[in-house]
Amino acid sequence: MTALSAYIDGLSVIGPGLADWPAAEAVLAGRAAYAPDTTVLPAPLALPAAERRRTGPGTKLAIAAGLEAAGRAGLDARSLLSVFTSSGGDGDNCHAICETLATTDRQLSPTRFHNSVHNAPAGYWSIATGAMAASTALCAYDASFAAGLLEALAQVVVDRRAVLLIACDTGYPPPLQQKRPLADPFGAALVLAPQRGPRSRARLTAGLSDCGADSMPQAQLERLRLGTPAGRSLPLLALLARRASAAAHVEYLGTMSLRTEVEPC
Amino acid sequence: MTPLILSRYTATTCLGHGLAPMAAALREAHGGLTRCAFETVDLDTWVGEISGVDGERLPASLREFNCRNNRLAQLALRQDGFDEAVRAAIARVGRRRFGLYLGTSTSGILETEIAYRHRDPLTGALPAELSYRGTHNTFSVAAFLRELLGVDGPTVVISTACSSSAKVFGAARRMIEAGVIDAALVGGVDSLCLTTLYGFHSLQLTSAGPCRPFAIDRDGISIGEGAAFAVLERPGPQSSSEAIALLGVGESSDAYHLSAPHPDGLGARLAMEAALSDAAVEPGQVDYLNLHGTATASNDRAESRAIVAVLGSAVPCSSTKGATGHTLGAAGAVEVVVCAIAIAQGFMPAGINTAVVDPELRVNYLTATRSVRPSRVLTNSFGFGGTNCSLVLGRLG
Repeated sequence: MTALSAYIDGLSVIGPGLADWPAAEAVLAGRAAYAPDTTVLPAPLALPAAERRRTGPGTKLAIAAGLEAAGRAGLDARSLLSVFTSSGGDGDNCHAICETLATTDRQLSPTRFHNSVHNAPAGYWSIATGAMAASTALCAYDASFAAGLLEALAQVVVDRRAVLLIACDTGYPPPLQQKRPLADPFGAALVLAPQRGPRSRARLTAGLSDCGADSMPQAQLERLRLGTPAGRSLPLLALLARRASAAAHVEYLGTMSLRTEVEPC
Repeated sequence: MTPLILSRYTATTCLGHGLAPMAAALREAHGGLTRCAFETVDLDTWVGEISGVDGERLPASLREFNCRNNRLAQLALRQDGFDEAVRAAIARVGRRRFGLYLGTSTSGILETEIAYRHRDPLTGALPAELSYRGTHNTFSVAAFLRELLGVDGPTVVISTACSSSAKVFGAARRMIEAGVIDAALVGGVDSLCLTTLYGFHSLQLTSAGPCRPFAIDRDGISIGEGAAFAVLERPGPQSSSEAIALLGVGESSDAYHLSAPHPDGLGARLAMEAALSDAAVEPGQVDYLNLHGTATASNDRAESRAIVAVLGSAVPCSSTKGATGHTLGAAGAVEVVVCAIAIAQGFMPAGINTAVVDPELRVNYLTATRSVRPSRVLTNSFGFGGTNCSLVLGRLG
């Protein structure tokens, strides 16, 4: 396929034992040992208190990752188009709704209902930042990260504007957990820009490939990659952490992968 | 943008299976809403339920995907020879160069809702036969259609509540323009489920009767279900000047509230302006506007303020949700097909059920079908999360 290119201007990772991009960068570049721990979800202080109380873990993760990546890119969140991608919505919220609907009463909470939409994190993001630019929310099951990256790259190429890609996954409680087991919450965010700027870290080029997805060389990081769909971003994030001039295959649909090539700036 | 054509399209709603019953109902100002008798739902409301969905059989090899949403997708795909047209388009451009861009809000969640009534009394486990990936997951309908149709190109589901299947036109258009694909199946599929029926009821947003968009006595929505699809591609030398074209896409966010629109329709206004600018169409060139028009007090008021600001008060407009119900994640694509029918068959559909238009809304709302052929139309789709998408359609000519 035609390959698409953009500059990577800002990054964030929030996951188990990874508090932010510098922590993840050190681990992925091999400068620090990976010490898995429970994911810490920062409170979304950018939201008004009334809204903040209503947010689920996916929204907290998305807002924190988005703000970190935009901040590192030195860009105002309001200037960015945004692409949110995740395999599922708020699992606790979904479970609570299904439990209520299985009772004879069936009285749903209005907040639970509006939080059930897949684009709830995108909605809270725009309220938190005041961003009125176009925003989308995608799903491609385990291929959700690659699908989001493809969409973000197409926006950069066609609309010639900077795009914030936010990939986040949080799990379900039982009994849905048995049907869809996901590891600890994991989020990654990237700012992709059409032109090279002062904060540009690398130029990224991506296209469809028939090669299988790359795995992570270290067992714990491979578990992190496979733990959530957003974790499938790790082979690309590792290239960016190492400031390598190299390529990695990110899991996509069926036997396809997304071949991502980075050239440090 | 460079115009793309909808080389084939189809829609299935409570008005009937495929284009012919939809076109007839729209022209004759008939609706398909009925008093809600869906599943075990006990609510005083009307719905747009599609007949024959549960009788639809999926191929044995794709049984994992069996749920109301995917049965509806297959039923709709079979109408108007659309599935064969898709297979021909895939053969023409190549499996890798054909994309799949679908919108849904609730996917097959109904299966999980029912499964929660049948949990193991000891362990709480869900029944073994429930397939999360095949039915519940938001991607399920796309995974199903990939296999059913043999699509091997880029595939994604957009799930932005009630703008989902309008936004798929923007996503597919970008992939074509970026050179990633040559053609795409775009559309939306959303089916009745308890989450939306009881959810909108909890917000006191469902009407006890058939919904009355833009009426002075409007009091809420009627939930519907629907599936609508189009093949989107570049026009070729053989394309007729009469072909239905996508001329512009505009998207925005409200940044205001998760379930209430900006009171002045600020986000809606940005989306409409962006779509017109993308299409290089002046406000005065819009002949007909298919409204989001859900029939809640605040949605219709916000939309009307956006319209008056962008287009003025003269443009003929209507909401076809009085006929189809609000098909949520399918509404964008359903209403693209409504617009395509209006352009192709030369009429502007009435907004039914509305006896007296709310004078406060200051728009030219059609309560009777107008036999005038529109050549440039705008269609609005807005949703929870403050997501807005407007599309401009017209004749390629």
